[in-house]
Amino acid sequence: MNGNLSLLWLQSGGCGGCSMSLLGAESPDLMTTLAASGIDLLWHPSLSEACGNDLISLLEDIIHGNRTLDILCLEGSVINGPNGTGNFHRLAGTGRPMRDWIYDLSLVAKHVVAVGNCAAYGGITAAGNNPSEATGLQYDETTPGGLLGAEFTDKTGLPVVNIAGCPTHPNWITDTLSQLALGDMAESSLDEYERPRSYTDHLVHHGCPRNEYYEYKASAEKPSDLGCMMEHMGCLGTQARADCNTRLWNGSGSCLRGGYACINCTAPDFHEPGHAFDRTPKVAGIPVGLPTDMPKAWFVALSSLAKAATPERLKQNAVADHIRLIPIKNVTKSKSGKKL
Amino acid sequence: MSETVSGTSRRIAGPFNRVEGDLEIQIDVTGDRVSKAWVVSPLYRGFEQILQGKDPMDALVYVPRICGICSVAQSVAAASAIADLAGVTPTQNGQLATNLILANENLTDHLTHFYLFFMPDFARATYASEPWYPAAAERFKSQTGTATRDALPARAEFLHLMGLLAGKWPHSLALQPGGTSKGIDSSDKARLLGIIFGFRRFLETTLFGDSLETIATLDSAQALFSWNEQQAQKQTQSDFRHFLLIADQLALSELGRSHDRFMSYGVYPTEAHPLFASGLVDAGRNHRSALNQKVITEDISHSWMTDQPQPSHPFNGITHPGSGVADPNGKHAGYSWCKSPRHDGKAVEVGALARQLVNGHPLIADLVAQSGGNVRNRVIARLLELALVVIEMEKWARALEPKAPFCNQIKLPDEGQGMGLMEAARGSLGHWLTVKRGRISNYQIIAPTTWNFSPRDQEHQPGALELALEGAPLRADEVAANSRDPVAVQHILRSFDPCMVCTVH
Repeated sequence: MNGNLSLLWLQSGGCGGCSMSLLGAESPDLMTTLAASGIDLLWHPSLSEACGNDLISLLEDIIHGNRTLDILCLEGSVINGPNGTGNFHRLAGTGRPMRDWIYDLSLVAKHVVAVGNCAAYGGITAAGNNPSEATGLQYDETTPGGLLGAEFTDKTGLPVVNIAGCPTHPNWITDTLSQLALGDMAESSLDEYERPRSYTDHLVHHGCPRNEYYEYKASAEKPSDLGCMMEHMGCLGTQARADCNTRLWNGSGSCLRGGYACINCTAPDFHEPGHAFDRTPKVAGIPVGLPTDMPKAWFVALSSLAKAATPERLKQNAVADHIRLIPIKNVTKSKSGKKL
Repeated sequence: MSETVSGTSRRIAGPFNRVEGDLEIQIDVTGDRVSKAWVVSPLYRGFEQILQGKDPMDALVYVPRICGICSVAQSVAAASAIADLAGVTPTQNGQLATNLILANENLTDHLTHFYLFFMPDFARATYASEPWYPAAAERFKSQTGTATRDALPARAEFLHLMGLLAGKWPHSLALQPGGTSKGIDSSDKARLLGIIFGFRRFLETTLFGDSLETIATLDSAQALFSWNEQQAQKQTQSDFRHFLLIADQLALSELGRSHDRFMSYGVYPTEAHPLFASGLVDAGRNHRSALNQKVITEDISHSWMTDQPQPSHPFNGITHPGSGVADPNGKHAGYSWCKSPRHDGKAVEVGALARQLVNGHPLIADLVAQSGGNVRNRVIARLLELALVVIEMEKWARALEPKAPFCNQIKLPDEGQGMGLMEAARGSLGHWLTVKRGRISNYQIIAPTTWNFSPRDQEHQPGALELALEGAPLRADEVAANSRDPVAVQHILRSFDPCMVCTVH
């Protein structure tokens, strides 16, 4: 079909998990979604025959203007080490730092998309002392810059589109690509870290099945407990910008539904929280990180009020791995007489 | 690297895709054969350095992110290492759920490998004149082949098991040292069985064209041959039979033989014993031995790593990357970021073929006795595991007790060591963890492809793939310099289902 957009997908300093997630797109499946959006895959690491010289020729043709590239997707960090040489990732068969290939291709692509936190901000690969000198395409963690520089814009005036997440939900990617294909992506479609607002206008907290425990501050204390994981287990769902509990994963899942804390993996610096991921840092018994835009005094006041009012049902269920008390009025008088 | 012999030309092949990560192969071509090969892992990220100084439980966040395709395997290895450090065992439900989650990933990987990574090579233009080509291209061509259309939805639906038991895939934190974080109720259990049955149905109708039990009980090469003949008479088409036909036409059983030394760490613990046993088999000498992790070492003689003068056990391993370029003094022969793991000084092959051989599956034992480790046998072993493990998954799901606990609490010591040895889809994965003053002081990982795609060691012994590539034939249109990368090389390297992001991490 003429007028289709061409898409090239490259990987560098990452785990490939965003691609693995993308392959799980459903309703419709990935190939149907791409066809519906009028996107032709020029090349993808998991979905193309071409390799070796065929791929290198394709990259060279694009850079020299012999082939049009509409969307360049990068998955994985830009690798600059050791000592700025880029030798920690030279593209196989070329001896040339992958970083330099990515740079050249970014300049000729109509749109540049960072898939996942590694490509966007450096991500997990930049954790610890960042041994591989990893950065994102246009950010170094929360600081604009990265490989392409803070001032970079694509041929349509957009910055690099950062599909944040570790990994990304398949539909965060397909929705973003479809928006680009439709010409519906504007600067105003992106948030303060250039993430698509289609999913970052929400909080992971929205739709969390543990909301009632949160309301009453009935807290989980160990893995598999049913209670709210904010107070003790490090959950950042009230601050994390994503729609994981309303747009579910692998059918019916999310981190919270899987029984573990949200680690805020769409945040540019999630990989170094400054404390153990699975415990909530506190000062004087109060969690340091409070819900995003809630005044601290109100949170403290509401929490102590809520704790005083916590129903016995939630107190008990919060520290159990199965519901022990069910929501039923006056258990002893119920017709069934059942006590669980 | 060795000097070039006259009549031999050196080629650099790559980048190779459909391998999960980046890969380069350097080959010497003599006439129409590969005479020598060097496997280059070109990416270094430094997870072993990143983990230093972290809280031990943080490993559960970092290590799955080594790899997006073996993410659960990395989690299971880390959770086992931490459990070993803490001296705890998972609850029975937790172990069953862990087995189900791991099996879900391992089988998904086998499926992805077959349909998306391996079979599309037979749809390449180089085979256009072969009589079997039109059918292969229609079925297996990347993106447009009908197989992609069938396999991707089946894969996605099977991964709904992750949504139920692990929250999401990849990168779940459900895998804990004491079990899993998600308790299920009886309706979840019913849905689990439905998901597994749906996958069984896909395998039986599309991949095998026969029941899983029939495939699982094929007990010799002759039995496989007879089954194939019977299916042909019944005109039952299946992708497995499609593969067997191509394997026969291209003599894939004569391609990619390595040293025929196989290792498995064993996997899927159950109450009595693991479903698949641990051990080593030296098929050439028909010798079996027990696994001894104490004699595992890593050597950096041909790696771009530095500062580890002698091969070391992973508890003493050092991860200091060098410059990644050839030593100007020619003293250090590094050509890959990968270290060279060895068991008792020997290179071994790992993966589904090794796992089933070590576990004594009669079909695999017979195939290896006849033709050793090779491209065909590696693929058959993977498909066989799809049948074997789905049958077990159904049993594990039925054994879950919704009211019983899923996760034991643990308390970590401030000092100590722990290790986690398990089998990922691609073979043996080990984590070795040392904790001092409550922090990780050393974390060493040897992944399956580290074994299979290792560079040479200080004795100049090649890794499994390096040896497997020796003798690979070139097709007529591949002999000239600057022609396409030899397709036989690609069949061989992809027969290992490499995961390059795990290899170096």
